[in-house]
Formats: sequence, C-alpha cells, structure tokens
Amino acid sequence: MSAVTEPATHDHGDGHHAHHPFQAHHFETMEQQYDSGKLGIWLFLITEVMFFSGLFTAYAIFRSYHPEIFVAGHHFLDKTLGAANTVVLLFSSLTMAWAVRCAQLGQRKGLILCLVLTLACAGTFMVVKYFEYSHKIHLGLVPARYFSFVPGSEHHGHEGEHGDAKHSDGHADAAGHADAHATTHDPAATPDTLDSTTAAQESALLVHDQVEKAAIEGKDELPYRIGLFFSIYYCLTGLHGIHIIAGMIAISWILRRSIRGDFGPQYFGPVDYVGLYWHLVDLIWVFLFPLLYLIQ
Amino acid sequence: MDTAPAADAHSAHDEHGHGEFHVHVMPIPVLLGVFVALLGLTALTVWSSTFPLGSWDVTLAMLIATVKALLICLFFMHMLHDKPLNVMAFLSSIIFMALFIGLALSDYGEYKPEVDAWDSSRSPQSTTAPAP
Repeated sequence: MSAVTEPATHDHGDGHHAHHPFQAHHFETMEQQYDSGKLGIWLFLITEVMFFSGLFTAYAIFRSYHPEIFVAGHHFLDKTLGAANTVVLLFSSLTMAWAVRCAQLGQRKGLILCLVLTLACAGTFMVVKYFEYSHKIHLGLVPARYFSFVPGSEHHGHEGEHGDAKHSDGHADAAGHADAHATTHDPAATPDTLDSTTAAQESALLVHDQVEKAAIEGKDELPYRIGLFFSIYYCLTGLHGIHIIAGMIAISWILRRSIRGDFGPQYFGPVDYVGLYWHLVDLIWVFLFPLLYLIQ
Repeated sequence: MDTAPAADAHSAHDEHGHGEFHVHVMPIPVLLGVFVALLGLTALTVWSSTFPLGSWDVTLAMLIATVKALLICLFFMHMLHDKPLNVMAFLSSIIFMALFIGLALSDYGEYKPEVDAWDSSRSPQSTTAPAP
C-alpha cells in the first residue's frame, strides 16, 4: 500500500528526480534499472554470438573439407561492393556510438540526427545487398543443387538483356524479357525473380565484370558442388541481413522515442541497448567480409 | 511508519548525485579516432588479400578482423568502462564459441576419408552441370 502512495508524495515533495517517469516500480534507482537492462542486453548478445557461431562452424568445416569450392565461389562476389558495405556499416556504428553519447548528454537534436544517419546507412547496406543478391539469383548462383550457372552462357544472356532494355522500357517488355531470360538460361533459374529493368541493367553490368574476372582467372571449370559455397554465403549474409532489418526496426523505435524527447542523462538505457545490438551486428560483418569476399 | 524509512533512503540517495548516475561518456575524438582506425584496418585487409599468402591469408584476415572487433567492443560498445560482470559474461561467449569451433574442427580429419569417398562416388563426369 505504501508502494502506491510513495510516488505521489515524492513527486510533490523531493522533486522530479526521485521518480523518473520511466523508472519501473520494481527498481530502486534509475541506475539499478539501467544496470539490469545492460546485463540483459549483454546476455542477449551472448546468445547471438552462439547463434552465429553455429554458422561459422559450418563454414570452417566445409572450408576445411573443400577449400577449392570456396576459392572458386568467392570469384563471384564483388569485393568492391563488400568493402563499400563494410565502410557503410562501420560508419553506422560510429553514428550509433555518437547517438549514445548524445543521449547521455541530453542532446536531443544530435541524437535524432545520429539515429537518422544510422538508419540511412542500414538502408544503404540493404540496397547494396539487394543488388548483390538479385544479380546472383539472375545468374543462377543459388544454393546447393539449385545452382544453375553455366560458364560461357552468360554472355548471350547479357546481350539479350541489353537488347531488350534498349527496345523499350517500363513493364511492357516484362514478358519478353522473361522469355529471353528463359531461353538463354536454365529455365530452373526462375525468371519470376526478375525485378525492374533498371535493376536488370545494373546487374547486367555487374555480371559483365564478374564474368570477365572469372574468365581471366581461368575459372571456367567450376568445382563440383560449388553450390555449397552459395548455401553458406546466403545463410550467413541472409541471417546477418535479417539482423540488420531487426536493427532498423529497433532504431526506428528509438528514433520515435527520441523525437518525443524521452531520453536524457538519467534515462538513455534503450539507446545504449539498441546501440550494443547494432555494434554486434557490425562486429559479425567484420568477420563475414574477409571470410566470404577475401579468400585467396 | 512505513514511509519514514523510504524517505530516508531517498534523501540518502539524493546526497550522492541528485538521483543521477554517472556513466562514462565517450569523447568525440576517441569515437572519430576509432572510426579512422577501423577504416584503415579495412583497407589493410582488402589490400593484404591481393597478395598470395597461401594458408596464412585466413590467419592474417582473422587477426585484422579481431583487432577491429576489439576496437568496436572496447570503445563503441563501452566495454572499457563497463561493469566487469558484463565484460566477463560477454567474454564467456567468446570462449564457448572458440570451444564450439575448435572442438568441431579438431576431429574433422576423422571423417575426411568418408567424406572424400562419398564425394568421389557422387561426382558426375561433367563438372559444370550438376544434377538438379
């Protein structure tokens, strides 16, 4: 019963600080509340590390058994795009750490700006990932037995796409486009995954570079079961991408609350917790990038 | 009767810092310095991948990635100024991850003959067109 009356008396008596509006009733102080939340988010991050280490173990074992699959597979990944995404994520980590600083100091505008920048970086990362994925699916660089990339055939496909794109634009040629695709490639390489023409053109350019590179390095003879590399590639980057999307949702929530003015020197826990999660997602990419893109 | 101790607790609490608590605020130069260092290490790892280092390239890449991870943990994640309990908890996950990967890799040689035998029995004549 005293628990009910206490907040009211203290709000009028000792001043506003005694009971912060965001202090949950089961915590003695804001500090205790913050520390509990912090331990909680660290425990969550531990489970995330264990979650990803399962996939890293799969990577380590398959790479030990079939190193040639990984060497051949990584030629299809664009090092430049991977490095660009690394820089984007590192920058988003900087802005997130800065956001925590702003929240601690009660700088509302700075906090909002930092969170918007972090969200923009996350969005950029996903857009680059989308172009990477769509051009791979386009080529038939898909997991395991669905792998349908045929060395040498991609040149025809490349020209066909270009011709189509020049004839007309918009959705009118979508059907013809899909037909051209189906005839030049294995029909199993689903034409449904085709997106807009601009995206196709973009990926066609990427494809061209990739094919040139592969030809130069004499990778026309692909090792059997190279699809294994793409299984691991899609699992690792896909799970990471899901974490980026989850992070974007969490940052949006924090952004909404910071616009409302919830955070200040006494209450910045949620910004810190989301920040820790975001840094972990960045941390995982720091390991993924050299393991997938930079194989010798 | 009940409210008196509570009021005491609050006044005692107010004495040390007006109900506020103090955490380490990361200075801007440290944040920017760490970011520049991370960019430099990214450039280093991309550059080093252009050299044929044989089996050492994974070691080097993982070494650079670990340094980058340390920088992110210590400064961006405030581990340097965090409670020892939190740091120890997180480090335990690294230990368990090392055990997980290490133990799994330590006996992969045991199954290699079987894997190779299975592989060669299934490998088709044409290497370019795997069976759907």
